[in-house]
Amino acid sequence: MNPVFLQADFQLNPTQASSFAAEIDLFYYALWTLTIVFTIGVAAAAGYLMMRYKRRSMGDLPEHIHGSLILELSWSIIPFILALGIFAWGAKLYYQLYTAPVDALEIYVTGKQWMWRAQHQNGVREINELHIPINRAVKMTMTSEDVLHSYFIPAFRTKADVVPGRYTMTWFKPTQTGTFHLFCSEYCGTQHSGMIGKVYVMEQEDYQKWLTAGGGLTYGMTPAKSGEKLATTLGCAACHKADGNGRGPSWVGIYNTPQKLTNGTTVVADDAFIRESVLHPRAKVLAGYDTLMATYQGQVSEEQILDLIAYIKSLSKGDATQSEPAVLGTAAGLSSVAPTATPAAALATPVGTEPAAKPAVTAPAKPMVKPVVK
Amino acid sequence: MSEHAEHVPGLAHHFATMEQQKEAGTVGMWVFLVTELMFFGGLFLVYTIFRSTYPEGFEYGSFLLSVPLGLTNTVVLILSSLTMAMGVHSAQTGKQGALQFYLVVTLLLCLAFLGIKSIEYTTKVKDHLFPAYTTYNPVTKEADPTNTHAVPTKIKSEVRTFLWIYFLMTGLHAFHMIVGAGMLVALIWMARKGRFNEHYNSPIEIGGLYWHFVDIVWIFLFPLLYLSGYHLNSGH
Amino acid sequence: MEIAAKNIDAHVEEEESVNYLNATHTVKSWLLTLDHKRIGILYLLSISVFFLIGGIYASLIRLELVTPRGDLLTPETYNRVFTMHGVIMIFFFLIPSIPATLGNFLLPLMLGAKDVAFPRLNLLSWYIFMIGGIMMMYTLLSGGIDTGWTFYPPYSSIYSNSQVTLAGISIFITGFSSILTGLNFMVTIHTMRAPGQTWFRLPLFVWGMYATSLIQILGTPVIAITVLALAFERTLQIGIFDPKLGGDPILFQHMFWFYSHPAVYIMVLPGMGVISEIIASMTRKAIFGYHFVAFSSLAIAVFGFLVWGHHMFTSSQSMYAGMVFSLISFAVAIPSAIKVFNWVATIYKGSVSYDTPMIYALAFLGLFMVGGMTGLFLAALGLDIHLHDTYFVVAHFHYVMVGGQVIAYLGGLHFWWPKMTGRMYSETWGRISAVIIFLGFNLTFFPQFVLGYLGMPRRYHAYVPEFQFLHVLSSAGASVLALGFFVPAIYLTWSLFYGKKATANPWQAYGLEWQTPSPPPTENFTYDPVVTHEAYDFDSVKEISDARAKVAVTA
Repeated sequence: MNPVFLQADFQLNPTQASSFAAEIDLFYYALWTLTIVFTIGVAAAAGYLMMRYKRRSMGDLPEHIHGSLILELSWSIIPFILALGIFAWGAKLYYQLYTAPVDALEIYVTGKQWMWRAQHQNGVREINELHIPINRAVKMTMTSEDVLHSYFIPAFRTKADVVPGRYTMTWFKPTQTGTFHLFCSEYCGTQHSGMIGKVYVMEQEDYQKWLTAGGGLTYGMTPAKSGEKLATTLGCAACHKADGNGRGPSWVGIYNTPQKLTNGTTVVADDAFIRESVLHPRAKVLAGYDTLMATYQGQVSEEQILDLIAYIKSLSKGDATQSEPAVLGTAAGLSSVAPTATPAAALATPVGTEPAAKPAVTAPAKPMVKPVVK
Repeated sequence: MSEHAEHVPGLAHHFATMEQQKEAGTVGMWVFLVTELMFFGGLFLVYTIFRSTYPEGFEYGSFLLSVPLGLTNTVVLILSSLTMAMGVHSAQTGKQGALQFYLVVTLLLCLAFLGIKSIEYTTKVKDHLFPAYTTYNPVTKEADPTNTHAVPTKIKSEVRTFLWIYFLMTGLHAFHMIVGAGMLVALIWMARKGRFNEHYNSPIEIGGLYWHFVDIVWIFLFPLLYLSGYHLNSGH
Repeated sequence: MEIAAKNIDAHVEEEESVNYLNATHTVKSWLLTLDHKRIGILYLLSISVFFLIGGIYASLIRLELVTPRGDLLTPETYNRVFTMHGVIMIFFFLIPSIPATLGNFLLPLMLGAKDVAFPRLNLLSWYIFMIGGIMMMYTLLSGGIDTGWTFYPPYSSIYSNSQVTLAGISIFITGFSSILTGLNFMVTIHTMRAPGQTWFRLPLFVWGMYATSLIQILGTPVIAITVLALAFERTLQIGIFDPKLGGDPILFQHMFWFYSHPAVYIMVLPGMGVISEIIASMTRKAIFGYHFVAFSSLAIAVFGFLVWGHHMFTSSQSMYAGMVFSLISFAVAIPSAIKVFNWVATIYKGSVSYDTPMIYALAFLGLFMVGGMTGLFLAALGLDIHLHDTYFVVAHFHYVMVGGQVIAYLGGLHFWWPKMTGRMYSETWGRISAVIIFLGFNLTFFPQFVLGYLGMPRRYHAYVPEFQFLHVLSSAGASVLALGFFVPAIYLTWSLFYGKKATANPWQAYGLEWQTPSPPPTENFTYDPVVTHEAYDFDSVKEISDARAKVAVTA
């Protein structure tokens, strides 16, 4: 046994390695202070009264006290005000944790029994590892191929469940370089405790080097490229003509812009919407189009859908991508919980035939050694 | 209280008076019905959520159900509620013969309902509409465009979800009807033995409460399941 | 309570005579009994067996976690072990613990009734419970389940290779036992009160049981239909919960927690009722602010139905839903706080006894405070993101479930033991074991708060080495705790044979149950109880004992 507890560097909280960590720790310790004050207070009061009013004889008959309205009100109202304060602080932090900055670096993650696959914008993929730059907001868009998982980085104080059938999001801004734990915290089966990994926070230039060198693994193609190829294979372009004259809407410039639906409502063509349109084309149909498209459920994997999204996104580069901070929670749902479940029919998500904007970085096909970060 | 209590017929030993016993029975049945309401409530929630997620699947699915049979069953159940109420009234006024008559009629209506329900179920199975994977194979629009009850291939699985909810909800309801039939048989048997009179009739009243509850559930099930796709009759 | 002198005379004479325990002796007379007291004893025996089984699983968990590498059990086995621990402890021990044992035994006595409203239904509840329990034992022997007690799909509906369907059906069946007990108690409280036993003269234990029954009646049917749907999902792929079939896994979580959060209050409200009784009797004072304590039980039951979403702050429900659920969760903390403050205020100017039940009540106060306050950490949205699904949650709910309900259950068992068995246990051993349990419990679970904040996730079979020290502390505490639970089992059993005979009211406590011999006769009272005083009116106890002394002198 390693007597860590006796060592000077034993801590009661994990390393504070993200922009949230300090305030969450402060909140945590404030609540502990409150807990200790109340618990010791109650225990001391009870203990003192027990000693002070110890039974002298079996015949003791104390005077009858009914209660006191003033006391009842004060010990209802004061805790209630305290509770409201705690609620407000918690809610404020929650809002921050749910609101990613517009310029965040986007990384896609798929969870699968029992590994984490992360995919960077330039096509670099890694398994059970995550390399990110320091002092840059990182937004993770996540889904699962099988069961529920949860992406948990204690040093960042962030966590989000990874749910099959929908996208969930989390974001953080690392403030310290180093290696940190990545855990799956939603029980996912036999090797649940083996679904762990490492997060490497690197200096900006190290990260750039790592990224350009292709990380640890590479498939030689950016997600947008893979998506384009996939769109061709699946024949999307037959309907989703770039000029907008196809039977399905054009994909050009559509990403993250508001679109009118047949039922009159408006929806933002975000990740969740595109995914839904591929898997359940009839759920939301853009105005002016018919419900012709069949589902691609079972034909494309979650990772391939992410590629398609990256491709569609690449067709709108430059404009529209996140003009305002996205509220992550509401964007994520595709059914009951989130208010996105408008009854309607299908979208046909379009493929542009124009080979539009190229991704910024092209990864070389050659894998290289991972930079070692402390 | 024990000595004098023992002599009242129909009074259990742990109650002080007939009024107390009757009150316990009635409160008990109401509480039980609240539980039942929450039980069905879970399924109504599932129905609501999936209807708003898959509106089309629910329309087409609903259109597969037979409105005439469902309507007949609704009428049968409303009639049975009436005869049950008449039975309770007869018990309270001490009319033995009328009580037995109304209970038997209620039982017959209950059996009629279950008979019609089983016809519906058999038809669904025959049409490959029982939604288990091995049995589910509806006629598709693509295969038979002229068939008004054909399902577009694209929403086959949505219709399947609807049919599952249909079978779960009506199955649970039918189970309650079967329990109710058993209850009616017991009540008829007790009535024939002359157990009930103006003073002691709470089993009939409590049985009546249960019966009306089961009817009311159906009154909600019928429009939600059978009528939500009725407008497809006029073409789609 | 006003009791005519001749009645007192009668039961003084009868103290040694026929009671519910020795009225009949055959096994059949126990298995077919309609007596609520005997049914309470049947439950006591059955849940003790389940507690032992659940405890063995807990020991296996703590043994495995002594080392970080997961070298004692295979992952498959470990996952089954923690699932079975949770399922057995929650559905077969905690939920029936106080309601079905102490509740069954005491409720009619406290109301001044001869039995519950539906004695046959009461026996049926026990049989249903046993059928569910035996099915669960069969599940356990035929491979167990590895989904966690929460049964989240799609893992439980497709991926798990364990007996999920069987376990679901046994929980479905057991649920009806809980529903029928709740129904029975609710009707009993409404209709079986003795003359003069008005709502605001009821002991607070009865209020606690009433609130519990409310949850059992409204919540349990929802979990029943949910696990049934899950069993269908698994066997027939109905497509309600499985996203691959167009279903929604989060819907399951909503339906599951709609019951399972209120179920937490099924597990703690009766405990609060017990603590009220113990503190009143052990200080000889009316509970301070009776009405506030009574209504706070109802408030907890009602608000408890509106907070289930706080189990899902990270599950992708909308941010605004999270905020609403968080706010209501804070509101539900207030009634619990009111209770604690009123209990402490009750001790003021009391005549405080240091008997074993009071030691348990004091332990309850401390542990429940920590359990309740750490609940605020988890209800606080931004902090819960970090704490969710870590050992902090594990520590929190053990403080509430064990530190709350189990401690209250043990306290209540000691308090009413003389009434139930007619024997006194060893007071010294009682106090010693209460202290051992208190210390062992804190040593087991306090380190888990720290572990959780450091990031140790729940349900991990192996873990990173830096967490080992705290896990070893926790396992050490668990062995102390296990010892603490064995000691009462021994001296309580011993007392059955060698314990001093108990008088009708060994604690000089207030309440109808103390106004009848220990153990009570089959019909509960040898006279027709009439209540004329408010609850916890200890002056009337004095009147009664004076009257009794006078009778003894004249005799």
